[in-house]
Amino acid sequence: MSTANHTGGFHHAHHFDSAEHQYESSKQGIWLFLVTEILMFGGLFVGYSIYHSLYPQVFHAGSKQLSVVLGALNTVVLLFSSFTMALGINYVQRGLKNKAIIALAVTIACAAIFMVVKFFEYTHKFHVGTVPGKYAYTEELSASGEKVTKVGALLAEASKLSVAEREHKLHLDETEYEHLTLLEKTKNWPLFFGFYFVMSGIHGLHVLAGAFLIFWVLLKVIKNQVGPEYYTPVEGVGLFWHVVDLIWIYLFPLLYLVG
Amino acid sequence: MAHEQHNYLNHQKGIWSWLTTLDHKRIGIMYFVAIMSFFFLGGVFALLVRAELFTPGKTLFSADVYNRMMTYHGAIMVFMVIVPGIPAIFGNFVLPIMIGAKDVAFPRLNLMSWYMLMIGAAITGSTLFLENVDTGWTFYTPYSSIKTGLGVIPMVLGVFIIGFSSILTGLNFIVTTHKLRAPGMTMNRIPLMVWALYSTAILQVLATPVLAITLLLLIAEKTLGVGIFDPQLGGDPVLFQHFFWFYSHPAVYIMILPAMGVISELVATYSRKVIFGYTAIAYSSLAIAGVSFLVWGHHMFVSGQSEFAGVLFSFITMLVGVPTAIKLFNWIATMYKGSIRLDAPMLFAIGFMFLFTIGGLTGVYLASTGMDVHFHDTYFVVAHFHYVMVGGTLMALMGALIYWFPKVTGKIYSDLAGRISWVFIFTGFNVTFFPQFILGNMGMPRRYYDYLPTFTELNQMSTFGSWLIGTGFLVGLYGVFYALLKGKEAGNNPFGGKTLEWTTTSPPPHENFEKTPVLTGGPYEYR
Ligand code: HEM
Ligand SMILES: [Cu+2]
Repeated sequence: MSTANHTGGFHHAHHFDSAEHQYESSKQGIWLFLVTEILMFGGLFVGYSIYHSLYPQVFHAGSKQLSVVLGALNTVVLLFSSFTMALGINYVQRGLKNKAIIALAVTIACAAIFMVVKFFEYTHKFHVGTVPGKYAYTEELSASGEKVTKVGALLAEASKLSVAEREHKLHLDETEYEHLTLLEKTKNWPLFFGFYFVMSGIHGLHVLAGAFLIFWVLLKVIKNQVGPEYYTPVEGVGLFWHVVDLIWIYLFPLLYLVG
Repeated sequence: MAHEQHNYLNHQKGIWSWLTTLDHKRIGIMYFVAIMSFFFLGGVFALLVRAELFTPGKTLFSADVYNRMMTYHGAIMVFMVIVPGIPAIFGNFVLPIMIGAKDVAFPRLNLMSWYMLMIGAAITGSTLFLENVDTGWTFYTPYSSIKTGLGVIPMVLGVFIIGFSSILTGLNFIVTTHKLRAPGMTMNRIPLMVWALYSTAILQVLATPVLAITLLLLIAEKTLGVGIFDPQLGGDPVLFQHFFWFYSHPAVYIMILPAMGVISELVATYSRKVIFGYTAIAYSSLAIAGVSFLVWGHHMFVSGQSEFAGVLFSFITMLVGVPTAIKLFNWIATMYKGSIRLDAPMLFAIGFMFLFTIGGLTGVYLASTGMDVHFHDTYFVVAHFHYVMVGGTLMALMGALIYWFPKVTGKIYSDLAGRISWVFIFTGFNVTFFPQFILGNMGMPRRYYDYLPTFTELNQMSTFGSWLIGTGFLVGLYGVFYALLKGKEAGNNPFGGKTLEWTTTSPPPHENFEKTPVLTGGPYEYR
């Protein structure tokens, strides 16, 4: 590249004094970017807290509907991935190429596990009809003239069956049946799932973006483009990944445990 | 010519070298071309909107077309012209040079910001061919979320991407200012333009993400029906306004702070005096940036917010006047007993002070809760924000254009063309917008296609004024082409400026300076 200096094995762009200078600047840039990410999620958190205070029962019943086990599993997976990411950075800084490759690959694998778990959570929600806003309603009107939700329709069908048949035909076990009944009794519950899908959806997109970026630095490690003298991209991507993790650490209790 | 000087313009050749350039000066020029094209488009819409209002009832086109034109006029002018305008064009060009840097901190990111503006503009612009993009530039729910058509989605998506461009530019400027100052250039020696751009950049980075999430939520609302803004599903349409103004009020300072930076430069140079109260002007930018986050509720005095909130927002809003007044008084103190030269840029600077003061004072009216009940959503508000945004930012933009034109191109911009343009814009502006204060006071609502016959004369005056403004900008544009083709060679420092950009050649070399400058004193050391 024409604008780079190659003195002493470092490449720093022509407008910086030294590699150190360039590193410091890049790091500041990345931190600023992360601030914007947090502010963006901040908007969602503000909306969440407003509606949580307006409709505490909805958020209570809604959170019961989410699987704490799967959410906790994903939390552990992400925490572990933050650890392997940190290891990866450390290995790159110390020039341990093979170990770095393994650490980064494991991080990507964790991202993949996270997304697979999310996939199962989402599909289950589609199945029982706990979906956001207008999609939660069917075309029908109830006897009292209110719009019938998909959950309501499912429960009506389930109430005609025995417990065993529910399990067998509708894949609905008894606890879930109770939770759905509780949910259906609250008004405006689709709002909760609006928040659930938007917040976890935007977070999920960040996980995908993060995995893609980690893959990008992994290639750099393989091609020897980063190493002990120059590791800014690895560290930057690492910071991004930690923030994605951190945001989930807030999302998990807010969405799954608020009850 | 026997020996051609080597500069950033002939450093590389061909259109491709421009589209892939990492040079902040070239990127500034690319922004200029792009933003001026948007400005032209937005201007045409403005003239059409005004033309429609020449008579009550139908003058030229239907109410539906009118609503869409008004929407595009507002959205283009705000998101594609005034918000990016001065920082992206002149900030890009002069900020690194003014602090003695070779480039911005992240040149690639800088180029990417330009492409994001282009992509965002293309997506937003593509909706011109869709029906039902008629929400106005504020995209207020529930109209935007439930009533009108799906065209709002690409419209808002485009603005979202443009917002990203703004964030990245701001981020770049902050790091550049922190990390790339020349030896001896302490934070208390950076030119006031840089202080203004720096404060703006902080706003861009801290406020724009809130716009981003607001627009994403609107998109989610339209595609998934999330319900957060929909009372039928348990949501609240007014929440959108809170979110929107939490960004957009700071955003009005993203529009005006860079303009204030330009004015500080112009006043110092054309008064030939040390700027009065450097520190006060510098830190008042930061103060404005800070307070601007706490006042959004003044857009919602009549939305049913609590009386207490109204009083609080009213009080904090008026506080913004303090740092603003500090700037104004310092400029006037600088001019006092200076050797003032009324060249075109200085005329624009004085025009700025005049119009901005009217805009600011009427802001105090609007900030008083009682009066706002009367003025809210009337033409009074329209007049107010045009006085500050157009009278402020666009005046500064014209001043900046003529002032830095020689540095950018090596050619002098004809002062006569500049003055003629000024006369048209300044008079046209007052003829257009002053009647709108009266119209608003008489009760003409904003955003309406039709009005009562009693309002006819004042509306006709206003429309006539818009033609004068249009003429003024066309003269300004003519000046650009004339200067490029026939302008005199400028020399390094045609106006006797004291900031660093005047110490390098015009146009500057690829890396801005032949030798990195070393500073021993502050800017503006006239006498
Ligand atoms: C710095 C320059 C300023 C700019 C660029 C600006 C811009 C604007 C804009 C665009 C609007 C209309 C928003 C809409 O479309 O609904 C507006 C309204 C308003 N402005 Fe400003 N403004 C500025 C300064 C001020 C100041 C100094 C004050 C008060 C001291 C103020 C008080 C208000 C109020 C209260 C409203 C709401 C009026 C209503 O909707 O009833 N503004 N301003
Ligand atoms: Cu405001």
